Amino acid sequence: MSLELSIKDPGREQEMFVGRAKTLFVIVVILFAVLIARMLTLQIVEHERYQLRADNNRTQIQTLAPSRGMIYDRNGRLLADNQTSFSLAVVAERVDDVDVLFSTIIEILSLGSEQVDRIQTELAKRRRPDSAVVILEALSEKQVALLAVNRHRLRGIEVISHLVRSYPMGALAAHAVGSVRRLNKEDLETVEPVQYSGSQFIGKRGVEAFYEKSLHGKVGYQKVETDAYGRVRRVLDVQGAQTGQNLTLHLDSELQAASVDALDGRRGAIVALDPLTGGVLAMVSEPSYDPNLFVSGMSSSQFRELTSSIYLPLFNRAVNGQYAPGSTFKPVVGLAGISSAITNWEETIEDKGWFKLPGQERVYRDWSWTKDNSGGQGEVNLNRAIYRSSNVYFYDLASRMEIGSLLGFAGQFGFGRNLALDIPEASSGLLPTPEWKRNVKNQPWYPGDSVNLGIGQGDLLATPLQMATVAATIANRGRVVRPKMLLSGDASIDATNSVDEPPRIVGLSEEDWESMVDSMEDVVHRGGKGFRGNGTAWAYIGQKIGYRMAGKSGTAQVVEINQGEVYDEEKLSEFRRKHAWFIAFAPVDNPTIAVAVLVENGGGGSSVAAPVAKAVIDAHLSKDIASIR
Amino acid sequence: MSRDFQRSLPSYEVGPSSSWYARIHVDPILLLLITGVVLFGLVILSSAVDGKDALFDAQVRRIGLAYAALIIAAQLPPAIYLRWAPFLYVVGLVLLILVLFVGVKVKGSQRWIDIPGLFRFQPSELMKIAVPMAVAWYLQQRVLPPSFKHTMFSLLIIGVPAFLIGVEPDLGTSILVAGAGVAVLLLAGLSWRWIFVAFALTAAAAPLLWQFVLKDYQRQRVLTLFDPQSDPLGAGWSIIQSTTAIGSGGVFGKGLYQGSQSYLDFLPEARTDFIVAVVGEELGFVGVAFLLTLYLLIIARGLFLASQAGSTFGRLVAGALVLTFFIYLFVNIAMVSGILPVVGVPLPLVSYGGTSAITLMAGFGIIMSMRTHKAW
Repeated sequence: MSLELSIKDPGREQEMFVGRAKTLFVIVVILFAVLIARMLTLQIVEHERYQLRADNNRTQIQTLAPSRGMIYDRNGRLLADNQTSFSLAVVAERVDDVDVLFSTIIEILSLGSEQVDRIQTELAKRRRPDSAVVILEALSEKQVALLAVNRHRLRGIEVISHLVRSYPMGALAAHAVGSVRRLNKEDLETVEPVQYSGSQFIGKRGVEAFYEKSLHGKVGYQKVETDAYGRVRRVLDVQGAQTGQNLTLHLDSELQAASVDALDGRRGAIVALDPLTGGVLAMVSEPSYDPNLFVSGMSSSQFRELTSSIYLPLFNRAVNGQYAPGSTFKPVVGLAGISSAITNWEETIEDKGWFKLPGQERVYRDWSWTKDNSGGQGEVNLNRAIYRSSNVYFYDLASRMEIGSLLGFAGQFGFGRNLALDIPEASSGLLPTPEWKRNVKNQPWYPGDSVNLGIGQGDLLATPLQMATVAATIANRGRVVRPKMLLSGDASIDATNSVDEPPRIVGLSEEDWESMVDSMEDVVHRGGKGFRGNGTAWAYIGQKIGYRMAGKSGTAQVVEINQGEVYDEEKLSEFRRKHAWFIAFAPVDNPTIAVAVLVENGGGGSSVAAPVAKAVIDAHLSKDIASIR
Repeated sequence: MSRDFQRSLPSYEVGPSSSWYARIHVDPILLLLITGVVLFGLVILSSAVDGKDALFDAQVRRIGLAYAALIIAAQLPPAIYLRWAPFLYVVGLVLLILVLFVGVKVKGSQRWIDIPGLFRFQPSELMKIAVPMAVAWYLQQRVLPPSFKHTMFSLLIIGVPAFLIGVEPDLGTSILVAGAGVAVLLLAGLSWRWIFVAFALTAAAAPLLWQFVLKDYQRQRVLTLFDPQSDPLGAGWSIIQSTTAIGSGGVFGKGLYQGSQSYLDFLPEARTDFIVAVVGEELGFVGVAFLLTLYLLIIARGLFLASQAGSTFGRLVAGALVLTFFIYLFVNIAMVSGILPVVGVPLPLVSYGGTSAITLMAGFGIIMSMRTHKAW
């Protein structure tokens, strides 16, 4: 220590310090130069790149989803509207303790484990820092209120509102109106993706699907300045969205509800048309589903139930259910016989309850046939063959007709075609021709095929919508109308403008039509004349009826009954029992409604389907329809 | 000896004819430059607070306090600093150990000692001054340049507090404290050969440091520096947004209060560590260059004053404090402009926040004291 002190030289130390300070200052200057060089690079050399990046940060083009057009019924009642829906979002960065927050949310909203799992997956997704992540959609008003009340315990949550589709009638009109679904990738390939950039939903069924273009509206844009949290600070430029068109349907929501009631929980379908215009007044397919579930989301068990139920609630039986029309086809065959002069209104045949083709052993039975080959309707002309629904008469008539002329005549009513104007998904049924049989079944057309066709059995298939069209055509005395959903839109809608009305049914006089209408009127009203004298439906609907209705029942076999056996409902499983049909229109002289009712595996047309049809027509006629027109 | 004596008698030594600033031991040129930066800082802060006037007012009050600290520090004669240097260091060490046990955690780091009802402070802040002083105190008794033994002991004096601060963890302050101590060694004439050897050794040990010393988040910060786009929404976010802010400023900037990056909250920590990005964005290259020029002048004047100090201790302390100031601003600006990894170091005299401003200004007071007091 003492040695060191002895040679300590303050002068030298200061010189050395100055030297060091100078050297270090040079290093400092060099490092300043590095900083300056860096700033020059960022601010001058690469300025444009960063300028662009800052602008991209700052401004965003946001799409403004158009609000979807409303759908109204013919009386102005809402069938589909848009309602505010609330979602719960979380900004994770603003949450003190995520676990605590979640247990609080779970406690407040009493969430199930399935929803908790969903929340976890949503949160695990990548996102911008400080952005809100939607963790729960379609909150109920009660849930929103609960969240508001407990706000102080829930730092970092946001309740976001947006418009979603709502169907006030729910399951009642699901198959008539259709429904929207969440937009998915495949959908975007079928539409103009830009138009849907702000939309969450797209019309997937029924009217919602067919008029999608009109209902959707046009997307709008706004250029906004957003902060790092994605919150809009300023709107720089707006080009508003164009609201979708409102549509009014022919549908009568009261009639629709009454029709669902009339079916009383049974599987089946009802189509009611306005014979004048073809407008669909009611379209029911039961069982149905609640279209709101597709908007608000449903649990996976609900979804499974909908998609895998053997009763097919998502299946629209009214337009896609194809059934043998059975005896409801007889008026068409009868009119075909008249128009081709194979028969006339006076000609009679003897109905012994069974029919055989010349030289064949096979027995074609009447519905009244019994095992001892008794039964039958006795002496029948066309009028009686209709109201007694004689099979033998039509076996005989069909067997005598040239098949081509029968099929050609039937085709005018829309069999084998989809006549509907705006229901593209409707099935066309099947009008089996010899060509069809050769191509598909690789078999020739047998005379027996014509015999079966005479009573609407065999390969013939028709939808309830097609049978309602048949009823409307007879109600119109031969004027065919296209079924249509749309009554009017805010503006003209291209899709439905350029379609021609189908031609009238040819080859029949006014008297012929009146005679057929009279015969069908007898089905309902001819009563008190003993078993073989009454119309088939009279016992079930004809005794207490305040107006004149024309109708025809049908009881379609689902499985073939072997020769010599009797149909025994008890022996058949649910899905192999007969379908009950009834087509009708009223009032007879100035029809305002034409109906087709099908009750799947329901049994007899007159006993099961006719009362349903009457209930529908009752509901329709109980109102002052003149004012609706 | 006589030369040293003369040098220890500065021209504006206290006397009957001396000016006001000489009487309060203040160097007017340095004070002017500092005030320039402070005013510049307040202007930028008025933009960065984004309408939160209370924050601006608080900063003005702190700046007032910092000026008071400067004046007070300048009044204390160098002899006092010399006498108290070891004591200050030991107290600092005790507090640093204490903070690990009873410290208050803020944002995951245990840096603060809270004296309930009175105030809370960071012992590490104290060490920014206490460490260079302790090293200078130790070395001024030795023959300079320091021998290997004394160099090693000096490194120990530096290393212990730097380590303690590093485990809080507060890497930024740890670097600054170590830098301040090492600056003393450099100014004391540590042989260049050893400096190069130390560099070489550090470089060789870098992989080990990387593997065993750096924590995951620190490694991530280094990796992010090289490729911020690898994690643009996570670790890379800060650096992408700050370079975007600076780069988008261009030559003249977007104008004061017009910076979209800071106003729209894209820029994190715009008031504190990243405030130079606000300068770059709103005032452009011109603004940044102006600020850097002021800083460089402060360093030049500071080093000049240090070299004029009346003792080895004074020179070493003053010089080291000037270099610490440089390290501060270099690390900060280099970090914000994306040439150094992100460490928590504020921009001296500009960033919002009290403690660092007060320490820095006290440091400048000490520098002035070393220069303006009579030889001893």
